[in-house]
Amino acid sequence: MKRVSLVFILALSVGLSTQMASAQTLKTVTDRGILSCGVSQGLPGFSSPDDKGNWTGIDVDVCRAIAAAIFNDPSKVKFVPLSAKDRFTALQSGEIDVLSRNTTWTLSRDTSLGANFTGVTYYDGQGFLVKKSLKVNSALELNSASICVQTGTTTEQNLADYFKSNNMKYEVIAFGSADETVKAYESGRCDVFTSDVSQLYAERLKLANPADHVVLPEVISKEPLGPMVRHGDDQWFDLVKWVLFAMIDAEELGITQRNVDDMAKSDKPELKRVFGTDGNLGEQLGVTKDWVSRIIKAEGNYGEMFDRNVGAGSKLGIARGLNQLWNKGGIQYAPPIR
Amino acid sequence: MSTDTRPPPSQFAAKLRRAVGGRAGWGGFALQILFVAVLAWIGYEIVANARANLQSERIASGFGFLSNTAGFDVSQTLIPYSGSDTYSRVFLVGLLNTLLVSVIGIVLATVIGFIVALGRLSPNWLLSRISGAYVELIRNLPVLFQILFWYLAVLSALPNPRQSIALFDGFFLNSRGLFIPKPIAGSGLEALALAVLAAIVSVILLRQYARWRLFNSGKAITIWPYVIGLLVGLPLLAGLVFGKPFTLEFPQLKGFNFAGGARVIPEFVALTVALSLYTAAFIAEIVRAGIQSVNKGQMEAGASLGLSRGSTLRLIVVPQALRVILPPLTSQYLNLTKNSSLAVAIGYPDLVSVFAGTTLSQTGQAVEIIAITMGIYLLLSLVTSAIMNFYGWRISRSMGT
Repeated sequence: MKRVSLVFILALSVGLSTQMASAQTLKTVTDRGILSCGVSQGLPGFSSPDDKGNWTGIDVDVCRAIAAAIFNDPSKVKFVPLSAKDRFTALQSGEIDVLSRNTTWTLSRDTSLGANFTGVTYYDGQGFLVKKSLKVNSALELNSASICVQTGTTTEQNLADYFKSNNMKYEVIAFGSADETVKAYESGRCDVFTSDVSQLYAERLKLANPADHVVLPEVISKEPLGPMVRHGDDQWFDLVKWVLFAMIDAEELGITQRNVDDMAKSDKPELKRVFGTDGNLGEQLGVTKDWVSRIIKAEGNYGEMFDRNVGAGSKLGIARGLNQLWNKGGIQYAPPIR
Repeated sequence: MSTDTRPPPSQFAAKLRRAVGGRAGWGGFALQILFVAVLAWIGYEIVANARANLQSERIASGFGFLSNTAGFDVSQTLIPYSGSDTYSRVFLVGLLNTLLVSVIGIVLATVIGFIVALGRLSPNWLLSRISGAYVELIRNLPVLFQILFWYLAVLSALPNPRQSIALFDGFFLNSRGLFIPKPIAGSGLEALALAVLAAIVSVILLRQYARWRLFNSGKAITIWPYVIGLLVGLPLLAGLVFGKPFTLEFPQLKGFNFAGGARVIPEFVALTVALSLYTAAFIAEIVRAGIQSVNKGQMEAGASLGLSRGSTLRLIVVPQALRVILPPLTSQYLNLTKNSSLAVAIGYPDLVSVFAGTTLSQTGQAVEIIAITMGIYLLLSLVTSAIMNFYGWRISRSMGT
């Protein structure tokens, strides 16, 4: 009932509030003194609370970077954990200022939800996790399998499409939360657990014996994950968009958390623009001139954020792959800061 | 001099005034109208405001989405359904799944509840303590945990499909559910149906006759051998004469799972068992209260007539107790139906899971979908209440009160 009632309250607030989204989110956030950021209910690597209750993950760090740009203090974020089902309603009703919750960018979400995607924090795809003991090597061998998914995601539709186009039968069991899905998979209700590949790696760590399970090589969909903001506030949209771009550009320019102070003193025209010693790019976004140094000092560049949360420096150990910079074999590319 | 009697003054105006205005008269009537108007205005403002907000934010609205393709699959469907059907079909599938759990759950909960209540009232010390312990244990644990417990307990005890437990021939039990042979209609099906119908009708007539004899001549006749003979004999005869009414399709292990046959999914079993047991604990207390509310003298009167304890309960005590039992019992039925929306926790595809869950997140039309879902639960509850009220009205009428 709790799930239902949350949606209900949010839906009701859509009906009752006289002015749903104030067009001035940045001003609202500044006045409030804290950023309200919608995250997942616990997905290691993206957004999950650690044993001390601190949120960690890529999606979390994006929100902290936004707070750093606004307040020069990455801790001024209130994290609101949301189920896959409730997330859009929470954004629409103004409960959160930005939704940073491993959300796939699709046309229908971009157009029908009254919200916009601001960029791609992680290029993902849907995959399958199976028990090694089943001796399955390819997703094409999954005919007549039982498959556990989390409801309220793009996963269910991709799954139906994939099995239909390959003329295979399957049984789908959809659960309300990721934890319930994984528990059912572990208890043997399903042969397969399907989700975004990054999530499969993350959830595999929670299983009793991670080595007994394998992620199949097939990736059956494109899942570009990114933050979302409400329609109708272009200033806020620009700011959220450019915070992520700044982190990607910083990696490309070689600016790291450690060398950011030295780099800020550089004479190079490009770096002078980035650090605001020349021009007023930050002020055009509605924040201060030194916004990039604030972000990088607090959270590091995109590569550092990736390594720390999901890459080599984390338990997940996911390779950069598509998420490598465009000039190093990946597709992460940000427009220039100038 | 004529003595024309004056016609009595019309009572109509006075009656109307009392009916609509109550004791306060026309003034009260006007106040009521005003109150309803204000409520309607507030309701209209909420709807209009929501619509304006959705439009200004360019959030999709309206009910057009119902005819769009759903594009996802559901594990249990009582009507044919595939991913290429529409959202309105998904709605029906979910609604039927909710109804299935509710109806079966209500029947089971009532049966278990009555048994536990009678057990609790039993003079047998052990029986009454066990029933008491059941009630106290079950009704004091959150129902969501009970659902999860039954689901995970049942699941972890069951083997994977390749090591299925075979029961008899063609029954298989594994972590995918219970597989049973599926009857496929054969040539003799209509004859069988007719035979069963004829048997039931004759049993009812026979019972009426036996009762008539009992009331008129005071002689009881034993009818149960005839009843069994009719119920078993007639269909059997039809089967012999007109050929097999159906053939059985047996489940067979293919790949990961069994194909063919029919199946009961574990999610359904876990949800139904958990909800029935939970609600039964409350029903048991309601029934116990009802029976204890009947004067002790009734029980003694029954005993002094030479009726057994069972007959006294069935014929004298329970009918009187029902008047006390019915209203809170209705509430429990409504609770069970509404609690079935916890299904999403264990992946049972009920209305909330497939419609207010998957459909909502795929279309993003929270306002419309939540409104439809709430409307349906309201409708289900009102229908249940209406049925129970009708039953209560019949009972009180038959008792002449």
